[in-house]
Parts: sequence; structure tokens; C-alpha cells
Amino acid sequence: MSGGPFTAFLEAGVRTATPLAYAALGELVVERAGVINIGLEGAIIGGAFGALVFAGAGGVSLGFAGAALAGILVAALFALFVVTLRTDQIITGTAMSMLGLGLTGTLYRTMYGSAGASLHTPTIAPAPVPGLSAIPVIGPALFDQPVVTYALYALVPALAWWFYRSVAGLALRAVGEHPEAARGAGISPDRVQWAALLFGGAMGGIGGGTLVLAQVGTFAEGMSAGRGFIAIAIVVLGRWTPFGVAGAALLFGAASALQTLAQTTGWAISYQLPLAFPYVLTLVLLASARARTAAPAALGQRSA
Amino acid sequence: MTDAAFALSLRGVTKQFGSTVALDGAQFDVRAGTLHALLGENGAGKTTLMRLAFGMLRPDAGTIEAGGTARHWRSSADAIAAGIGMVHQHFLLVPAMTVAENVSLGDRGLFRDFDPRVAADRVRRIGAETGLVLDPAARVADLPVGAQQRLEIIKALARDAKILILDEPTAVLSSAESQELYSWLRSFVRRGCTAVLITHKVREALAIADDVTVLRRGRAVLSGRPRELAESAVIAAMIGSAATDEVQLPAAGSTAGVSVISLQHVSMTDGRGVHRLRDVSMEVCAGEIVGIAGVEGSGQHELLRVLAGRLAPDGGGVRLPARIGFVPEDRLRDALIPTMTLVENLALKEAGSARGSVRWTSYEARALGTIRKHDVHTSGVCSLASALSGGNQQKFVLGRELEGSPDALVVENPTRGLDIRATSLVLAELRSARASGVAVAMYSSDLDEVLSIADRMIVCFDGRAKDTPVEADAVARALLGLS
Amino acid sequence: MTFLVRLARSQAGASVAATLLALAAVTLVVIAGGYDIGHAATALWNGSVGSPYSFFTGTLLRATPLIIVGLAVAVAFQAGVLNIGAEGQLLAGAATAVAAGLSMAAWPGWISVPVELVAGMAAGAAWAGIAAVLKRRFGVLEVISTLMLNFIALFGVSYLVRGPLQEPTHIYPQTASLAASARLPVIIPGQRLHLGFVTAVVLAIVAWWFIRSTAGGFRIRVVGAGAAAAASAGRVNVDRVVFGAFLASGALAGLGGAVQVTGVTYALFEGISPGYGYTAIAVALLARLNPLAVIVAGIFFGGLEAGGAGMQRDAGVPSGFVSVIEALVVLGVLAVDRARILAGERGQPTTGEQAA
Repeated sequence: MSGGPFTAFLEAGVRTATPLAYAALGELVVERAGVINIGLEGAIIGGAFGALVFAGAGGVSLGFAGAALAGILVAALFALFVVTLRTDQIITGTAMSMLGLGLTGTLYRTMYGSAGASLHTPTIAPAPVPGLSAIPVIGPALFDQPVVTYALYALVPALAWWFYRSVAGLALRAVGEHPEAARGAGISPDRVQWAALLFGGAMGGIGGGTLVLAQVGTFAEGMSAGRGFIAIAIVVLGRWTPFGVAGAALLFGAASALQTLAQTTGWAISYQLPLAFPYVLTLVLLASARARTAAPAALGQRSA
Repeated sequence: MTDAAFALSLRGVTKQFGSTVALDGAQFDVRAGTLHALLGENGAGKTTLMRLAFGMLRPDAGTIEAGGTARHWRSSADAIAAGIGMVHQHFLLVPAMTVAENVSLGDRGLFRDFDPRVAADRVRRIGAETGLVLDPAARVADLPVGAQQRLEIIKALARDAKILILDEPTAVLSSAESQELYSWLRSFVRRGCTAVLITHKVREALAIADDVTVLRRGRAVLSGRPRELAESAVIAAMIGSAATDEVQLPAAGSTAGVSVISLQHVSMTDGRGVHRLRDVSMEVCAGEIVGIAGVEGSGQHELLRVLAGRLAPDGGGVRLPARIGFVPEDRLRDALIPTMTLVENLALKEAGSARGSVRWTSYEARALGTIRKHDVHTSGVCSLASALSGGNQQKFVLGRELEGSPDALVVENPTRGLDIRATSLVLAELRSARASGVAVAMYSSDLDEVLSIADRMIVCFDGRAKDTPVEADAVARALLGLS
Repeated sequence: MTFLVRLARSQAGASVAATLLALAAVTLVVIAGGYDIGHAATALWNGSVGSPYSFFTGTLLRATPLIIVGLAVAVAFQAGVLNIGAEGQLLAGAATAVAAGLSMAAWPGWISVPVELVAGMAAGAAWAGIAAVLKRRFGVLEVISTLMLNFIALFGVSYLVRGPLQEPTHIYPQTASLAASARLPVIIPGQRLHLGFVTAVVLAIVAWWFIRSTAGGFRIRVVGAGAAAAASAGRVNVDRVVFGAFLASGALAGLGGAVQVTGVTYALFEGISPGYGYTAIAVALLARLNPLAVIVAGIFFGGLEAGGAGMQRDAGVPSGFVSVIEALVVLGVLAVDRARILAGERGQPTTGEQAA
């Protein structure tokens, strides 16, 4: 890896941000449709476990597919409760997180024996982009990453286009702002929210899959480590727009990568400070009027 | 007049909501190429009738015909496809989105392009063709109300509506904007389209419409052309006969006593800067019932709450007594907690001021007393408020507010949704409260009712309150802003 | 017979039904996983109530923080405040209690212990207060703000145990141990069950009495059940009541953390709470927000967790099943509730519906 400590810091930041960005982009679509899914954690850990199972059976690509599938299943259960039965979104989400963590831990031990046997999955290595990865300082950081990260570079602008330039994106945003108006225009808010949740689940699952298949190479109980909740903070910090969310994910990734930089350059700050910084920033932003007007108007409403 | 010349025709239409009969064999024929005004008071059934025409509701009985063929709409999408558009009283617009986005909202296709330029052209084209001009890139939240309404019309026209139904469109417009709308409607109709205007503004309707139909209590009671109808006849048809067999003369010797509630030059603007009350001065005295009337949006909602001490005005002086009872219109939201028992709902009244322990046995006894005294039918004081029928809920609320001998009582549509027996009981309660010296202020959208019981009348119009004689004609005129 | 019918239709009945459903579902999964269900069930039983040790040092010890923090969540939810920040408030309370206790090592226990507990409550209330102020002044959704504060509290603890509060040798990321005088006394000789359990039960009774018998408690209930009616008919200052309930909730959660450090761990370290703040949501929901029932629900969940550890140890069944049961219980209660409403029970379901 060429480049100095700053490049290493940036590279670590992008790497850490990748699973966060997947989860957060999924949550972005969900929240734009008016639903808060704090059960995203369940989708992420489910995706991680799904990646383990499927990659063991058929390689990395199947692993990612399995990750997405697992995430979709978790999200479908959540949607059944929250959209079809109209139960409380917060309590249901909490239960979904607990369920995901408990179920994956249980299945892991059941299928792979007790802790001690650390499984290895095939992983995908970084694939440097010829030419681009040689750009000084930022080249290796941005363009010497696994393919999943590159997919994000395409996904973010695609989502932005879809939100603001497609009829379906318009419909989704309307459901999150004013479901009655959407219904009046012939749109079914229930169907839109179901679709958004399934997409969000798939994205969360892929985020979890990334942890396993592109980073750690194994599964550990609870390895999602609260990323589902971090994704919610990212959506707020990113002011509910795709590019904003991508930037906020990078900020959170950079915060955790700051440790590496601090250690190598010998800063004397305690590492908790940069880690906490994005959360404090989110709080400050929430208090400002601008954040409140950026949130979808009907976010978290129980009935459409 | 042959049927084929009717653009829209509803015959023998009946619609019931629970125990309330909204439409009772109503008939409504709209000639093609005309502007037809549908008149009636609050609750006459106008909106329900047009919602049926637009496919938002299905009739219990009767037929709907559009363009000569019988129709069975499954949803408003069917009606839209048949060329009917409706502009609702409460707009269905997404505030955070632009004009062009709101117009394009109903289009179909998962990955179909939404090109803001194409959408903007569409908006501009409609503007050029019809004279309804709006900036396609403007955010709806920033638009004034008149412009938002124009947007609702543009939305309907974008779906090729040839029959346009407008529900009380001028309720939110200034008189200049109303004139603009009316002249646009006339040009719309001149081009061969049809428009139905739901309104309560008699004078304006007679001035601009080709045909007029009056609905009262769910039936069409008058229909014809404006030049053939006298204004007084139309008004009379709307409000019915002034004399009812329930009229009670004020009890002998009930000259009103001291002023209990006093408002001096009260004014109020709401959160969006709209003036709700302008320079209102009035009194409510002990031992009288002051009747308040007003069409929706005239300010009576705010006035009642100022009288009840629940809202503080922005300007002017208010003198209120210590104990004021308040019976709001939306009892399940504002007066009762449906998931709690009657005992708890009784205690609710003192929840804000109570200190220390709650003596439940005392509340139980009081609740028992209340339900006995006010004829509330329930299986017991421990039943949930939601288990009671509407009439019994209302009797309970009234009993609770009268308990503890308040100095004043403010009630808002106290008999809405009640059957005849419950209604007469409630009215009797109000009379007996008056007799015992309580200062009563009562708002009702049912003019017959308020005229039969009030000692004095105050009519709200456009945020102002006007003393009016207790007489049907005078009140009806005042409601419509006529002197 | 009518008693059973009434029980079945009541809220308690719904909780029981949901629990039975959850247990049944998990039983099926356990069997499907190839485990010996009899062995698993026996191990679960033994681990939770099978012996005095498992009951007192297993179940009741684990139940203590669940009851206290469960009360915190119940009080908040009763007022309509979605406080999911109990985890962070608990940590704030734990950290403050330890700091107070370490500085009062020379004082007698009857002074230092109450000070620790009160300090914990104050810290929890203050931590919740941040979110409460954000809600009252800026209209910030407490769901998101309390979530953020949870993370910040986690980092705070991490910083403290590696920095200012780290034990004297500076090797381990934890604080020094509390002096014996600053610890909650054990109440059953030979067990580890401490005075905190008694505190929890007493607190639950006090909370139950407060909610049902005082004007303040009534105000909390009406604000959560029908804020518009409370303001209009009851002339209640809704904002003030909500703010107070939020702080009270934080204080209780902080107390839960303080009790854990002074009664069980005697020191602060990372991971001191295995998610009590979130499990407490399940406890409060199962108890239908009734403080007395929180005792029962807390003991039930404590028993599940203790039994789960036993199940893993003796029967090889992963203890993750316990989380699954807990989650299914929550989902079961939610589903049963909605099913009852959707099946057309008399009454208006949407107005005045509480958070649970």
C-alpha cells in the first residue's frame, strides 16, 4: 500500500464506511417512505450470517445473494407487523433487533458447533482500478477497494436519480410526506412501504455480508455491533438525501479510522472523542431547524 | 330534457353512516356545459353526494349516471378515467414538493422518467390553455392558499377532467380571488365543460350559476335556474321553516343577570398568520343562552375556546370566571379518553389542578351520581368511555362539566351525532343550566336548534362577531355575510 | 369459566397468551435443531428455579436491573415518551455511582451507599434531561436523540475506564473495586442476591402506588392516553408532565445502573450492561406498563436468562434461544393486541392509544 498515513486513514475510512453506507442507504429509502426501522440491526446481522452460510456453500457471489435474502426475510417480518398490522414501529423494531441477534447466534452455534471453531469464508480482495488507483493520496483510498465499494459509487447517484427523476421515486417521497395526498393520487401507501422495507432489508443484509465477505472473513455473534442504529444516525446527519447519507457514512467511517491515524502520528487525544463526534454532531443538527424540515413529514406515523 | 344532455345524474341516492342518514333519496341532475351550484347548510349532504359522484364512496341505494351511462365506480380512479375531477375542501397536496411534482404524482411506471422539464411544460401548457398560471418549480408550502387551489384544479385538468366538482372552493379565498375563480369557471364552462360548485354562499351562487339545487337533510328540496328563483325562496329552502314544534319561549323572569364572561376587542391569528378573530367584543351573562352560529372557518372554533379559557387571544381583554365547563365537538379526542373508565374520565376534569392523593372512592361516588342524574346508560362507572354510545358519552360529558356548579358553560355542537331522544335531553339540560343561573354559550351548525333555545344570537363571519336578532332570516343572512 | 374468559380477554391474558405462543414456537425450533427438548427444558428449569442458588443468585439477581430499568421504561411509555435511551442513562448512573463510591471509601456504608444510589439517579435524570430538553425546546424526536445518547454514553464509559477512573495499576480497562463499605449488602447468606433486589421490589410498589393513587401519576397516565383531552378537559400542562416523566424515567434507569455496580460488579468496565436498556423495553411491554407486573415480568425474564445460561452449560442448547424467546414474546404481545383491535372490539382504537 503506497501513500502515507493519511492515505491509510482514508482507505480505512472508506472501508469502514462501506457496510454502513449500504445499511444507511437502505434505511434512507425506508424513512423516505415514512417508516423508522430500528430493527435494521437484525437485517445486518442476519445478512452477515446468511453470507456465512451461502458463501460456504457456493462462494462469494452466492454469499452476497444469501446476505441480501436474509435481510429481506427479516425486513418482511418487520413489514408484516408495522405496515400490515400497524403495530408500533419502535417497539417492533427493538424486538426485530433482539430476534436477529438471538436467532443468528443460536443458529451459528447449532450449525457450526460451539465457540472456538472459527470458520473462514472466502473473501473478496481489493481490486485496484488501473490508473485511478495511482492518483496520489486519494487514489489508493478510493480505488483500491473491493468491488462492493465500487458498487456504492454507482448506487448512490442511481438512487439520487431515482428519488428525484423517476415517477416511482416521486410516489415514494409523497408517501413519506403526506400519505393521504399519495392515496388521493392513486398510490397505495402500504404497498410502497412494503417495497421500501424489502429493499432496505436487502441493503442491510448486503451491509452485513460485506462485513463477513470483504472484511473479517468470519462470523462472530453480535458482530453487527450496533451498525443498524448507526445507520439511523447517518440518515439524519445526511439529511435524508443519497449523497448526504454517503458523506455522513464516510464521516462515521473516518471517525473510527481516526484511531489508526492518531496512533501512527502520535496524537494525544483519547480515541473516544472522534468516535463520539459524529453522534454529537447528529444531536446538534437535530436541534437546528434545518434538520427538522429535512425529515419526511410523515415519518413514523402509524396510519396512512 | 333528455338524459343524454345530463353530464352527471344521481337519482334516488341514499347513504348512511352508522345511524346517521346523510342522503335520503337525493336527486341531482347536471346539464352538460353548465355551471351548477349545489347549495345547502352544514350537514345537508352536499359533500357526501359529490363524493359518491367521484367514486370515493358507494351509495347504499340509487343510481349514478355519467354521460348517459350508468356507472358503478369502484374507486375515484374509475371516476377520473371517466373524466370527472374533484377539488376537495381540504387540499391533498404534498407541501414539500413542487407544483410540477404534485401534478405528476399519479403517473404510473417503476422506472419511468420524471423529467421536471417535461412536467413543467405540462403545467405551463395547461396554464396557457386555461388561464390557470403557476410556477412549476414553486414549492407548494410557499404558495398562498389561492394558488394551492389553482394547483388542485390543474391536477384535475391534467387528468383530462371534463366535469369538475369543487367543494366550497371560496371558503379559503379572499373576495378578489373568489371573483377570479368564478370568472375562470365561467370560461371553463363556455368551452363545453361542466362544473359543479358546492357552496353555501347563496348570493354568489345565484349570480354566476346556470342551475341551482338546494339540499336539505339529505334530499333535494329545490332545483331550478337562478333567474326563475327568488333569493328568499332559496334561503328558506336551505334553512327550512323557522318555526319548529320544539320552540320554547324563554322562561318567564329570566332576564339575564351579571356579565360572567367578557371579551373586549379580542383578536387572534393562528400559526400561519391567518386572522381568526378580529376585534371581537361580546358578553355572556348569567342565566342566558347565547347562541353562536357561523360557517366553518368563520372563527367560531377559536371564539368558543377563548370563551372557555382554553385559548389565549393575541390581543384584547378577556374576563373569565373561575369555573367554566367546556363540551367540545370532538368528544373522543378533546373531552374523553376512550380507553379509560368513566370514573377516570370524571377525574380527568380535575387532573390539571389536583394535588396529592386521588380519592378514587370519592370519584366513584361522584361518577355514580353523574350517570344517575343525567340518564347515562352504561353497565357501570367502571366501563370504558369507548363502550358508551355517542349519546350517552355526550350526556356524561355534559354532566361532568355541569357538576361542581360552574359559572359558565361553553358547548360546541352538543347534539351532533345524537338521536332525537338524546338531543332533547341535552337541550333540556342546557335549559335547566340556564334556569339555575349558569352563563351558557352554545355553538351549533344546526340553525333550527340554536334558534329554538337561544336568548341572543351572535353570528361569526370572517373572524368578526355580530349581534343578530334571534330570527331565522336575519341569522341566515348574517351567516352569508349579508347585512 | 367466566373468570377464564375475562382473563383471556384482558391485557394480562394477552401477555400470557403471547408468552405461551413464544415458548411453543421456540420449542418447535429447538426440536427442529436436533436438541433433546426434555433435556433442554430440564436444564432451563434447573438454571432458573431448580435450586436456591439458581433462584437467588441466578434469577433474582438478574431480575434486579431488569425490574428497575423496566420501571423506567414503563413510566416513560405511560406518558407517551419513547425513551429507548435507558441503556445510556443506566451507564451514566453506573459511572457516577462508582465515582461517588470510590471517593467515599472512608465513609460508613450507611452514608456512602445511599449517596451512590442518589448520584446514580441524578446522573440518569441528567442524561435523559438532554433528550428531554431537545424534545421540549426543539421538538426533536426522542427516539433518535436517546439512541445517539446511548452511543455517547458507551464512549464515555470507555474513556472513563481507560482514563480518569482507571484502576491504579493502569493495566485493565476498568475502575478500582468499591470498598466493602460502599457495596450493597448481600441479603441471603451464601448467595449473591443483594439489597438492590429489595429496593427494586419496593420501588415497583411505590411506582404502582404513585401512578394509581396520586394526582401526578394520574396526570402521567392521561397525558399518555389522550394528550388532547388532558389539555382541553383536564387543563393539564402536557409539556411539563412529559418533561417530568422523562426525567423520572432517566433517574430510574440511572438507579438501575448504580444498583448493578454497587451490588454485583463493584466496579465499572466496558460491557457492564448486556443490553438491559433494551431488554427492559420487552419487560415493560410484557407487563403492560403496570409497575407491579414489571416485578413479575422482570423475574420471568431474569429466569429465562439464568435458565438460558444453564441450558447452554448443561444441554448444549445455545443461550441465544433466550433472546429469541424474548423477542417473540414482544412480537406476540404486539400481534395479539392488534388482532383484538382489528377484530372489531367495541371502542376507538386510535385515539388515546398508549405507546404499548
